[in-house]
Order: sequence, then C-alpha cells, then structure tokens
Amino acid sequence: MAAELKPRATREAYGEALLELGARHPEVVALDADLSGSTKSGNFAAAYPQRFFNAGVAEANMMNMAAGLAIGGKIPYASTFAVFATGRAFDQVRQSIAQPRLPVRICASHGGLTVGEDGCTHQSIEDIGLMRMLPNMRVVVPADFNQTYAAVIESYNLPGPMYLRTGRPNVPFLYEQVPEGLGNGCDILKEGSDISIFACGIMVAKALEAARRLEKRDIDAEVVNVSIIKPIDADTVAGSLSKTGRAITAEEHSIIGGLGDAVAEVAAEQCPVRIGRLGIKDTFGKSGHPDQLLEEFHLTVADLVNLAQDMQKSE
Amino acid sequence: MVTAAGSGHPGGSLSAADIVAALYFQVLQHNPADPKWPGRDRFILSKGHCAPVLYAALARSGYFPVKDLVNLRQIDCHLQGHPDMHKTPGVEISSGSLGQGLSVSIGMALAMRLDNLPGRIFTLMGDGESQEGEVWEAAMAASHYKLNNLTAIIDANGLQIDGFTCDVMNIEPLPEKFAAFGWNTLVIDGNNMEQVVDALERSRTAAGPAAIIARTVKGKGVSYMENNAGWHGKAPKAGEAEQALAELTGEEIRESREKVGS
Ligand SMILES: Cc1ncc(C[n+]2csc(CCOP(=O)(O)OP(=O)(O)O)c2C)c(N)n1
Ligand SMILES: [Mg+2]
Repeated sequence: MAAELKPRATREAYGEALLELGARHPEVVALDADLSGSTKSGNFAAAYPQRFFNAGVAEANMMNMAAGLAIGGKIPYASTFAVFATGRAFDQVRQSIAQPRLPVRICASHGGLTVGEDGCTHQSIEDIGLMRMLPNMRVVVPADFNQTYAAVIESYNLPGPMYLRTGRPNVPFLYEQVPEGLGNGCDILKEGSDISIFACGIMVAKALEAARRLEKRDIDAEVVNVSIIKPIDADTVAGSLSKTGRAITAEEHSIIGGLGDAVAEVAAEQCPVRIGRLGIKDTFGKSGHPDQLLEEFHLTVADLVNLAQDMQKSE
Repeated sequence: MVTAAGSGHPGGSLSAADIVAALYFQVLQHNPADPKWPGRDRFILSKGHCAPVLYAALARSGYFPVKDLVNLRQIDCHLQGHPDMHKTPGVEISSGSLGQGLSVSIGMALAMRLDNLPGRIFTLMGDGESQEGEVWEAAMAASHYKLNNLTAIIDANGLQIDGFTCDVMNIEPLPEKFAAFGWNTLVIDGNNMEQVVDALERSRTAAGPAAIIARTVKGKGVSYMENNAGWHGKAPKAGEAEQALAELTGEEIRESREKVGS
C-alpha cells in the first residue's frame, strides 16, 4: 500500500497515460462525445488537436468512427461515460468493433454508483456485464491510478478491442509505482487461508481494509485484485478457491453479469465453493453523495467484514 | 437550489427558463392537483440535465412543496439529478440520457391520438442534444405520422459541454433541417417572453409537427454565466449564488430567497 500518496481518480490516469501514448505513437488517435473534460481525453485533445475527434453528443457515431480509424491503421481511444459507451452504442461496439476484432480501446469513465448526485441515469452498473458478453472483448477494471496508467500504456500493443472502465472519485493508491503491466490481471495482494475476496475497481482498497479488520477476528482473508475481468485468469481464481474453500466478490456493478458472475463461472466449473456476491442487487441507483450511496447499497468495508463473518459462522 | 445541492446544471436551466415559465404559467393546460388528468398538455424535458428549471416550475405550480427544492440531489429526496417519473409528481417521463425524449414524445402523441385526447405534447431539447442521430430518426417519424399534437422546442443556446456547438459538432442550420424533415418551423428569440408565448400558442394550430428553434443565451440573466461553457454543469458557490439571484431580479426570485433561503 502506498498510503502516503494522495488519492487520485483512475480517469485522471487515463488522461495522463493517453498523453504519453500520443507522444510516443503518431498512430494513436482519440475520440470523445462531448465529455472530454470529464473523461480526461481533453489532455490529449489539447496536445494533439489534429489527432482528436469530438463526435459531439453522438456516441454511436463515435464508436463507428473509431472502427473506421482502426481499419485505417490508427489506434483509436474512444471515451465517454460508461453508461453511454456501452449502453447507447452497444450494437455499434458489437457489430463494428468486437466482431471484426478491431483494436479500438473503449475507455469509459464514470463507472458505477460513485457518479453520485447525477443519479441512476448516469450510474453505470451494467457495463462490465454488457462488454463481458461480447466475444473478443477484453474487459479491464483497474484498482488505482498507477494500475490504470499501466493498463492504458499496455493496451497500445493489444491486437484486439478493449473495454477499460475508470471512475470519477479519488481512490487510494495500492501500487507504489506504475507496474510493468497488468500481468494476468489477477493480483493476490494479500495471502490468506480462510476466505478469498475477489474485488475490482474501488472495492479493492475496501477489501484490503476488510482483510485487516478480519484478521483481528481470526479470519485470514486472501485479497485478489481482479483487474482483467475478461479473459479472467481461471487458474489463479481456482487456485485461491481451492485453498480457502469460500469466497466473496466485491464490485461497484450489478451482481448480475460482472466480476461476481465471472468468478462464479470459474468456481462452478473448476472448484465449486460457496460464494457471496457484494454488488448492486439487481436494482438501479439513485441520486446522493457517493459515500452515502455505497452505504445504502451495501458496498462498504463493514459490509465485507459482516459477510465474511456470516459465511464463516454458517458453515 | 443548485448551490444547496453542490452540483447540477445551471447554464441550460437558465437558457430555458423563459420557455419553461411560459409553458407552466401560461400555455399548458394542466392541473397540479391532478397530475395525471387525461386532458392535460404534456411537457417533456428531453434534456434531463436541466431538471432544476423543471423542478422550479413544478414546485411553483403546486405539484410539490417549494421547500423540497433545497434538497435537490440529496440521497432521500424525490428530486433526482435527472427527472424521475416515479419519484416526482408532474414529471411525465424519466430522462437524462440525451436524444431520447422526442421519440418517447412521438409514442405519447400517437397514444393520445388513438384515445382522442385533446392535449398537446411540448418537448424541450438542447442543441447539443440534437447531435444524437435518434433525434433525426424521431424528426422523420413525427412528420411521417403527421403528428399535429406535437411541438418540439430546441433551446439553441449555442453551447454544450466541450464548447460552442459550432466548434464541437456543427448542427446548423437547424431551421432548415427541421423544415426538410417536414416540420412547421419557427425561429424565435427564446429569451423574449412575448415571442415565446406567441410561438408556443401558434404551434397548437400547425398542420403536422411544429418545431420552435429558440435562440437563447446559456446562463441567461447571470452575467458571469452567460455564454460560458464552464457553467454547464457546475454549482455556484454561496457568494456566487447571491450575486446570481441579485442579478435575476423579479418577484419570484425575491420570494424564493425569503422562503428557502437559497
Ligand atoms: C446520451 C448522452 N450523452 C452524453 C450525455 C452527457 N451530457 C449531459 S448534458 C450534455 C451536453 C448537452 O448540450 P445541450 O443539449 O446543448 O444542453 P444545454 O446547452 O441546453 O445545457 C452532455 C454531453 C448525456 N446526458 N446523454
Ligand atoms: Mg446547448
């Protein structure tokens, strides 16, 4: 843990890393749909105006413009809010990006409930599920600023499409430095023997804190940061499950379709154990301060601790 | 209201304030005591981020207490960041994802025609919003179905989030585009009350769908907000709100300061 660093938003890492890619690679281009200030693609727009294309409020058009740029030999980074990137332009992403396996990087900000006051219309709780359903699509949800930076830099070399989800709020640093890359996308941040906690995005820091609290209650939790949700590293997931025998998944997403399902699929096929899924329980969000929302929708450290204890007791 | 919330969208709310005021306090046939009265005209806020101006009009019309306004965007308030038809009385459809309101309006207009209901639908959209392709699919459908119970108002304030619409993605000429899609098109000064009321009333008798291109000023009435993209989605601080309310003279405003202290 790099506790001394001031928390920063993952979307800011996207903006900065994209700038670095722009400097290094002339074929990197960026697109946005009238949200370049919020998604942070604006950094690139200011530095490389010739290589930046604003589609206006027209996400479907933007995705297919990105597809065309990729066919033309460019490496496009397309951003908007996660709800619009995945929901509004789903068929464009499916038909023109995922099916032809084009190297378009869909880098969406404002994932999850922590969008806050804008309310349910802007809180993306289905994006991971939607993108995970698409063959060929790599789905990445980094946990902090440095990991996001690494994910963006590394993505330059990917042969196919990628969906990268970043967030609006500042999150604590978990990686001291920008890592080499995401590796297999399944980092065991803390080893443990009693229960595995698989978390992504903002929930990883909470999972680490929950593990610290559980230690005091004699529960030795293993914490796994799953940054590549698809293709998931099934070996690491199954290995952890067979060691601990029970698991919790934690994500700022619907319990349907996201990390919880990805882990449960591995468990069902390779190592059936009990899994408690923390996520948004098949309902839409609402307006409110992000912290209040995380409490109301049961995505806090206390919720993780309680669930782990309940699961330990009931066996 | 937006200051109390700490977030929200003042710019597009102010550019549309004259239009929304004209609708709720002059043009619309509606009954706040019976929000679902079948004979009513319906107002659709397609640019849902401008919820504050809708909420202000609904509260002032008596759909819910004016004091609710200071709880905008708070966790247990019915006033969501974007309008929610199941939470707030008087909200006809939920909106927030841009470009969808005109299509829903067409469906509602068709249903009203099937049921021989007398009301008219007034749909307010943004000019940035009109960049969505769906707006033009809807524009085509409205004239195809010869909807003479539908008025679309475009709040043409020339700005969106990333800057001036003409720089981000030019949508002009809007009047010619709507005319080419088969709409009766009128261009007005959308911050001139007389022109606004007159255009809205005249649209009732159009043969087919009516489009009013309302040329407005984003942030209208607040000197530091006018024509400034920076005030699209930012809440004024307390001192800034003081100045804004002082500049926006008029009885309603003074009254609201007394009542809700915001
Ligand atoms: C489909 C969709 N894409 C993006 C957004 C984010 N967004 C909110 S307001 C806005 C700009 C809208 O500009 P305009 O319609 O001109 O509104 P106004 O100037 O009246 O505020 C954008 C891009 C959204 N709400 N919906
Ligand atoms: Mg505008």
